[in-house]
Amino acid sequence: MYAYTGKILYIDLTTGNHKTGRFDESFAKDYIGGTGFGIKMLIDNLKPGTDAFDPENPLIYVSGATTGTMVPCTASKFGVFAKSPATGLLGEAYSTGQWGAELRATGYDILVITGKAPKPVYIWIDDGAVQIRKASHLWGKTTWEAEDVIRDELGDQNIRVSGIGQAGENLNRLACLINDRFRAAGRTGLGAVMGSKNLKAVALRGTHDVRVADPDGLMDLNKDLYERAKGPLTAKYRTMGTPANMLIHNAQGALPTRNYQSASFDGAEKVSGEVLNEKYVTKIQGCSACPCRCEHIAKAKSGRFEGAASRMEYEPMMAFGPYCGVDDMNAVIKAIEFCNLYGVDAIGAGIVVGFAMECYEKGLITKDDTGGLELRFGNGEAMVDMVRKMSVREDIGDVMAEGVMRAAEKIGQGSEHFAMHIKGLELTGYDLRGLKTCALGYLVSRRGGDHQRHGSYGWDLSGKVDRYKAEPERGALVMGDEDFYCIIDSIIICKFTRAIWKGYDEIAKVYSLVTGIPMTGGEMKRAGERMSNLARLFNIREGMTRSDEKLPARIMEDPIPDGVAKGAVVTPEEVDILLDGYFDARGWTRQGVPTRGKLEELGLSAYAYIAEGGQAT
Amino acid sequence: MNKYKFVSVDIDKCVGCRVCEYACSMEKNKAFNPTRSRIRVVRLYPHTNAALNCRMCQDSPCVTACPRKALKQSEENGVIHVDIGLCDGCGWCIKVCEFGAITLDTESKVSICDLCEGREGGSACIEWCPEKALELTTNDAISQKARISAVEKMAE
Repeated sequence: MYAYTGKILYIDLTTGNHKTGRFDESFAKDYIGGTGFGIKMLIDNLKPGTDAFDPENPLIYVSGATTGTMVPCTASKFGVFAKSPATGLLGEAYSTGQWGAELRATGYDILVITGKAPKPVYIWIDDGAVQIRKASHLWGKTTWEAEDVIRDELGDQNIRVSGIGQAGENLNRLACLINDRFRAAGRTGLGAVMGSKNLKAVALRGTHDVRVADPDGLMDLNKDLYERAKGPLTAKYRTMGTPANMLIHNAQGALPTRNYQSASFDGAEKVSGEVLNEKYVTKIQGCSACPCRCEHIAKAKSGRFEGAASRMEYEPMMAFGPYCGVDDMNAVIKAIEFCNLYGVDAIGAGIVVGFAMECYEKGLITKDDTGGLELRFGNGEAMVDMVRKMSVREDIGDVMAEGVMRAAEKIGQGSEHFAMHIKGLELTGYDLRGLKTCALGYLVSRRGGDHQRHGSYGWDLSGKVDRYKAEPERGALVMGDEDFYCIIDSIIICKFTRAIWKGYDEIAKVYSLVTGIPMTGGEMKRAGERMSNLARLFNIREGMTRSDEKLPARIMEDPIPDGVAKGAVVTPEEVDILLDGYFDARGWTRQGVPTRGKLEELGLSAYAYIAEGGQAT
Repeated sequence: MNKYKFVSVDIDKCVGCRVCEYACSMEKNKAFNPTRSRIRVVRLYPHTNAALNCRMCQDSPCVTACPRKALKQSEENGVIHVDIGLCDGCGWCIKVCEFGAITLDTESKVSICDLCEGREGGSACIEWCPEKALELTTNDAISQKARISAVEKMAE
């Protein structure tokens, strides 16, 4: 086995002890890396029913199969897994930058962190040497301040740090892990899991060689892959970037606006990708071994937020722009900078602020709750301050730090109707009412309201299917997308370069060139299906049923009021058609439970007890 | 005047992707290991990026500083060759290099850019740089380019 060392580092923060375990080639072949490793390690290391903030909830870092190699746009990738404090289900997020490559070079492929330190600490992994160091002086600091202090005290400016800001310390359920200043393992509240362990960060220095099975073969193929990664298939990400979606979604009536009260935004132009690139972007730079380079770094130019700097993508711009009715780019940049500093999911945070704004406008919360903020749609300054308040749990920020599902439970008064989440995870930037394949993808996503486990909006927005129609056949489309995304997230390939790959066969070829493990496209596809099934079993074991796969009431009851998608809504009957079609395609029961036959086919018989409602033997 | 060619970075074009480091370590070590690369990338937050390596100085301070005479500069192309039999990794050369262009390899010997002497296709870092931010050039060529650019601006 090349590239992988097979080493798993187990750290118990309660005792301060650590030990090294190993995985073998068959583990690597069955679970590939990244996602596959994460799901497998979590289901095997979490006692069923453990609370997300219980010390025994393991925080798991995984590298991808080609992490640390020169395979384009994969070198820096890593995944993070734990039981999610937002959903109570599979917690899962990915990041990039430099940290992943550094992890690979330490010689460890997987980190499993359990327990809770008696006082704040950070973990320092210097190649094979592991130290747990005190972090009382870092507690209360932003992610950027903490990184600076760690680098200074360890005396190396190339040390890579993945850690939390105040949001994670305060168990904000949207807290994330920030690395390399602008990169986040953003969703499902994993920063709060780190905070619950009194853990501030994981700092790395790796100097080991990463050797691949066939260097010459890989470099030959790389020539072609690099050309493709710099070519027309990635042009969008290299030029305007994902912010191009702002005006595209606006024109399509798919741009979530003012907490889903509309699907298009009058001020979209002002916070568009076009304006961003013309006036605010100061540099486009890249992650480790990335020939595509997409990091659009922008600086706020004037007013109260002048000088704020952040990496800009469509999703957070949507969340702090149209979603909050804000058309001031400077405020959007500042809000995202705060998310990086305080360490909070920049998508979810915007959705929470939008929800709070609607509560305020409807009189469900008042200035007494907001600490004097005039929390109306369009108020950029109030929006920015709300990011801070929810990170430090000040005023109504304390309630909002729980995410919209729990905030709505607390506020009540009908606010559940417009709490835009699925299974406790806030929605992202695609108005589902007029995108029905996409709606199915969100419904069944293993981490809740999310576009990144399937990318099924592609069918709707490209016109390959009738976006307004719900039909059983969409199930097979979403299943295909999910299984392929499992493999992408296992290698781990940056989604911005997913189009350069010639399907499972080419990915399998690269996997073999790197690891030396024989692999066919068919085996790869099967591995993707294995991961989807195992993730489903994890969620079932944590209590999820079909009845949890539902859309927010507003998606089902309030038709889009204007624009090209006017009148669109997803009815409960349509939800059933979509779910039935998906479960049938998967070969699961209509309750969404994998059958024993399916599990045997995938080599997952050991987990059949979950499908059968029993206990592990 | 320094007549030698060296790999020079255009910092406006450099995106800090470190592909040069990966390519260099694969070329020289048959493994991916940016810390062993002879060209090293620096990123200053938020977004200043540059790749640095040996500039083939004349009367190179590293050669002078080496107490074991392990470094010798080629008169032909300015490349500083390391006699790894003599080098004991003491690091005096590293201390005097103003560009941080000398790397202490994991085998405790220093390594310095040799322009991939004899490699078909020239320097690996230049070949692989996705941004065409690296070029093999001389100080004279760089100053000439700057002069032309300055005059073009004046003439506008």
